[in-house]
Amino acid sequence: MNAAIYRRRRATNSIIMVLAWFAALSGIFVLALILGTLLVKGFGGISWSVFSQNTPPPGSAGGLLNAIYGSVVMTLIGTALGTPIGILAGTYMAEYGRSSKLTMVVRFINDILLSAPSIVIGLFVYEVLVVSMGHFSAWAGGVALGLLVLPVVVRTTEDMLLLVPNGLREAASAIGSPRWLVITKIAYRAARAGMLTGVLLAVARITGETAPLLFTALNNQFMSTNMNAPMANLPVVIFQFALSPYPDWQKLAWTGALLITVTVLILNVGARALSTRTSKES
Amino acid sequence: MNDQSPTGGSILMNKPHLAPRDSEAAKQALSEKVSVRDVSFFYGEAKALKNISLPIYERKVTALIGPSGCGKSTLLRIFNRMYDLYPKQRAEGEILFDGGNVLDPKQDLNLLRARIGMVFQKPTPFPMSIYDNIAFGIRLYERLPKSEMDDRVESALKRAALWDEVKAKLGQSGLGLSGGQQQRLCIARTIAVRPEVVLLDEPTSALDPIATAKVEELIYQLKNDYTIVIVTHNMQQAARVADYTAFMYLGELVEFGETRQVFTKPTKSRTEDYITGRFG
Repeated sequence: MNAAIYRRRRATNSIIMVLAWFAALSGIFVLALILGTLLVKGFGGISWSVFSQNTPPPGSAGGLLNAIYGSVVMTLIGTALGTPIGILAGTYMAEYGRSSKLTMVVRFINDILLSAPSIVIGLFVYEVLVVSMGHFSAWAGGVALGLLVLPVVVRTTEDMLLLVPNGLREAASAIGSPRWLVITKIAYRAARAGMLTGVLLAVARITGETAPLLFTALNNQFMSTNMNAPMANLPVVIFQFALSPYPDWQKLAWTGALLITVTVLILNVGARALSTRTSKES
Repeated sequence: MNDQSPTGGSILMNKPHLAPRDSEAAKQALSEKVSVRDVSFFYGEAKALKNISLPIYERKVTALIGPSGCGKSTLLRIFNRMYDLYPKQRAEGEILFDGGNVLDPKQDLNLLRARIGMVFQKPTPFPMSIYDNIAFGIRLYERLPKSEMDDRVESALKRAALWDEVKAKLGQSGLGLSGGQQQRLCIARTIAVRPEVVLLDEPTSALDPIATAKVEELIYQLKNDYTIVIVTHNMQQAARVADYTAFMYLGELVEFGETRQVFTKPTKSRTEDYITGRFG
């Protein structure tokens, strides 16, 4: 072996390793900085009143109840709209139309939808629903979030089903089970954790979306359960309160940001836990 | 099919019908369970099987042997129309099974596959419990009370010589079993549906020698009740388990006959070359 070549290789290795460490650490550092700031500024504001009182007018005490309620409701609607359609579309692409033209077209469009700026989705729903109905509404907010859930679920469903080995489908067909049972009882089962992970990640994505709600659900100073009226929600409240000149509003904005971040973190950790469990199982 | 060649060989080899396993009485009872008539197969434009004809005898083991790519697995996958799962694959000719033609486009594939079961090269347990792996197929065509279902699962696992190893953990995932156990689970799952014909596609190629011996023993037991077709790379295995052997080469059926005759006194030189290891 040539000693010079060997030394150079070792040197290159050390340099690359230092660079990789630096990159990894700076990523973690930024994340820690964000979480740390949120905890410092937001944790102090967490109290029972945050969950029991509505958003206050400037200068008086209050909480985020109406915004939390609105966020949960619209996230649920978005998930309920996007998940079934997404799973069905992904199932078609992976199980029935693997090599069809339609699948290629849908996959292409879905990729565009996946990377579309959420403000464009918001404007689209504004144009289609808000303008035609004549007012902002929680329904419109839910639909906009559903449009963000849809491509994520389509993509993960297709990918996860494609990972299911064909041998498993053949084996299920070979004992005489019809196609739909092969898909629902065998393929879905084998891909279940991955598909659920996709849904969780989609929910995590819409939890913090502000732009699509700004154009659809708008905001509401008061508690409202009317789906046909504007509804408060955490992201828009944070947006509005953080930019305000009032210190107590700014404090509530920090608290709201902390709530959203923790929720997203829990969803992501849950999704990760699910997917590692599957990879161990199979 | 089993015509005697006038040349060479020991006395025993010349008279395979005198062998204890094939008594005269058994010979007379021999009936064709499946008849392959002039079958050709295409992957797109490529012709993979060329005008194959052969009989599959009831309650016998028929082995398909030949070098890689000779079309033996392709032929096996025609019996239960497995190729139908994929576009651009098609078969021509006739496969007679119980008076009907398997290749008839109007053939109900699910019913066909319930009657002609298949075990694959790689063990493919379903992602569910050992119990449900067996019960899944039974539930497709029968509604049974719990106790009867338990019996069926137990007897299938016993037939597959797996019961003693799994009876204490029927609720655990089938994916946790060893490769050999998984393959016997797949065999149990196949026979639980009570098929008439069982197709085995290189069932032991992913298994160690001990697991292989177990599966071979099982095949020997199963032929009392089932008609078996096995594809194998392993010629000793064909010699051990099969009553009849078909040698295929480049998509053609070169020779078909009783295993003893094909292995000891092949009528075609290509068969002899292959079984003596000169190529393949």
